[in-house]
Amino acid sequence: MSAITMRELTKVYPGGVRALDALDLEIADGEFFALLGPSGCGKTTLLRTIAGLEVASGGSVRIGERDVTNLPPGRRDVAMVFQDYALFPHMTVRDNIAYPLRIKKVDRRSRAGKAGETADELGLAGLLERRPGQLSGGQQQRVALARAMACHPQVFLLDEPLSNLDARLRLEARTFLKRLQRELGVTTVFVTHDQAEALALADRIAVMEGGRIRQVGTPTEVFRRPANTFVAGFIGSTPMNLIAARVHGEELAVARARLPLPEDARDRVTDGERLVYGVRPEYLDYSASPVDGALTGEVVVVENLGSVSLVSLDVPADDPDAADAPDGGAGPDGDAGPDGGDGPGAGLAAGDTGAGAGRTSVQVVVPEGSEPEPGDTGWVVPRPGRSLLYRDGNLVTAAPPAGVPAPRAGVAARS
Amino acid sequence: MTSTATTASSTEPTGDRPAVAVRHLLAQVGRYTFLCVVLGFFALPLLWLATAPFDDTPTVTASLPAFTLDNFRALLDNPYALSSLLNSVYLAAGTAVLVVAFAALAAYALSRVRVPGRDALLYGLLLLSSIVTGTATMVPLFELAFRLNLIDSRLGVILILSGGLLPAAIFILKDFMDSTPTSYEESARVFGASPLQIMRHIVVPLVRPGLATVGVWAVANVWGNFLVPFLLLRGPDKAPAAVIMYTLYTEGGQADLRLLSTFSLLYSLPVALMFVFVSSRYGFRFHGGIKR
Repeated sequence: MSAITMRELTKVYPGGVRALDALDLEIADGEFFALLGPSGCGKTTLLRTIAGLEVASGGSVRIGERDVTNLPPGRRDVAMVFQDYALFPHMTVRDNIAYPLRIKKVDRRSRAGKAGETADELGLAGLLERRPGQLSGGQQQRVALARAMACHPQVFLLDEPLSNLDARLRLEARTFLKRLQRELGVTTVFVTHDQAEALALADRIAVMEGGRIRQVGTPTEVFRRPANTFVAGFIGSTPMNLIAARVHGEELAVARARLPLPEDARDRVTDGERLVYGVRPEYLDYSASPVDGALTGEVVVVENLGSVSLVSLDVPADDPDAADAPDGGAGPDGDAGPDGGDGPGAGLAAGDTGAGAGRTSVQVVVPEGSEPEPGDTGWVVPRPGRSLLYRDGNLVTAAPPAGVPAPRAGVAARS
Repeated sequence: MTSTATTASSTEPTGDRPAVAVRHLLAQVGRYTFLCVVLGFFALPLLWLATAPFDDTPTVTASLPAFTLDNFRALLDNPYALSSLLNSVYLAAGTAVLVVAFAALAAYALSRVRVPGRDALLYGLLLLSSIVTGTATMVPLFELAFRLNLIDSRLGVILILSGGLLPAAIFILKDFMDSTPTSYEESARVFGASPLQIMRHIVVPLVRPGLATVGVWAVANVWGNFLVPFLLLRGPDKAPAAVIMYTLYTEGGQADLRLLSTFSLLYSLPVALMFVFVSSRYGFRFHGGIKR
């Protein structure tokens, strides 16, 4: 079948740039897989290495049962759709779609017929005699997809498939692409820097940074339980709130408030330990009146996002040296201080918010109709089961890393 | 231009509105007069070329011709006149084909492959190319052609001319190759196309305007080259038009203006027609399949 397996894949460019760093990844057969990360993280290099356009400096790539590490791109049985589509400008749509068949020495008549069929499937029937320059962006993209489909590859590789479309067309193309992939059931890997696109399209996502994979998981896993603070900050249309915190018995001291310890982390923390508390703005509830177990602060910015508003509050940071903890927290304080000093906690909270010493910013999503005004005092309560704890940047959790799902056949799989 | 400036400044008493308008008008008149003089300077020789062949007794001045076609008849009596034009076509076409083919392959390779010192190599070649077919190297070139048995052979002339034109052609074409996105070729590579298939199916059609430019440029260069064929070709039966032109003198060494003007017209027409044809056929059209 056409699962893709990468083992210790390394790519070092002649200039000494390490684009891929001993990377291990498994992509299941029939899966719609996203490579997500900021620019320069190596995601495009990884895609090009799977395609064979870049030669790996070390490690191996297998497609199905075949080791393709040293095969040229033409013999890997993959098709790639480029970010700029790379439709040949001097050929008609029909010739473009038929080009892979021309290389495979299919005779002229049957390849024209095949190109017509593929174009029909993608709703390009009336455009066969046009040149790429006479098509809209969305049509060009579908021609590029049709050209990739025409040779029935084992794997589709899409480089930023939606980035060249305007915003409205992008949503339409996203739905279209997801449906097409389900129907074809062909293993598809795509690269994107847009986390919303990855969450919407992919069956599983690999979040990359600096040539390494920081987390692999389903969109739900990656969104709800980011494995580290990098993923937490990268995924989600609003980044996760990350606040310095300290364990106080069964509770957590966060920004002068007391919050319950997250279920998952209960038996994995020691009293007095300094950690980073993370909660998404979507999983916080805003209240204009005092509530128990809430963070409180002054509303500084209200941003309208349409049906909801994003409210930023200035919350006093939990000053570890003030030690105003009344419940006898003084004992563990002494040995927790130096221990936590080099952790990411304090530095992260201060650096992230830029609110200055002793203050930190918390963002919360407020439904329409109940937006506060800047200057109000507000209380925000985390929803149970939605807050996370990070130690040295990694999630404190009991759950084992997610495995590779079983192969999935397409709805209308090629019989 | 200077005269308009001085008249303009002298007719400006105070700088109020009418004076400005007058100055503007004078400047316009001056500018167009100047342009007419320049135009006449360049147009007169062309006018001579158009009228003299049809004149009974042409002189070195352009005048309304006493119309006749006798000059053409006289030229046709010259045994080498028409065949020399054909010889020119052979040499020009052969050189253009060689230059375009080799320059395209070399430019593609130089554009896509990273070789250390690539740019230095290109500039060095460009510098030396003007020497290869220049007067300075004619003696060694003649010697070389003699040793290779290429004296009095069209092939020899074609090879030497090609060698002289190739570096500049590679330089021009490399620019065209550099400006075509590599994603076209990568796309074809993923579909399994071999380098030569990529060249034939993708690169050549994409840089066709560049190839046409280089081809026309090569033809024009060969068409006008006198020295190389004059030295390397012995008999007048193989000589191209540029060399035959030199023989159209009377026994006394005087230019036969009737034959010379007529032959000049026939000599310049093919190249002019080629320019028109190529620019209409391969003009700089680019359909664009890359979304920018």
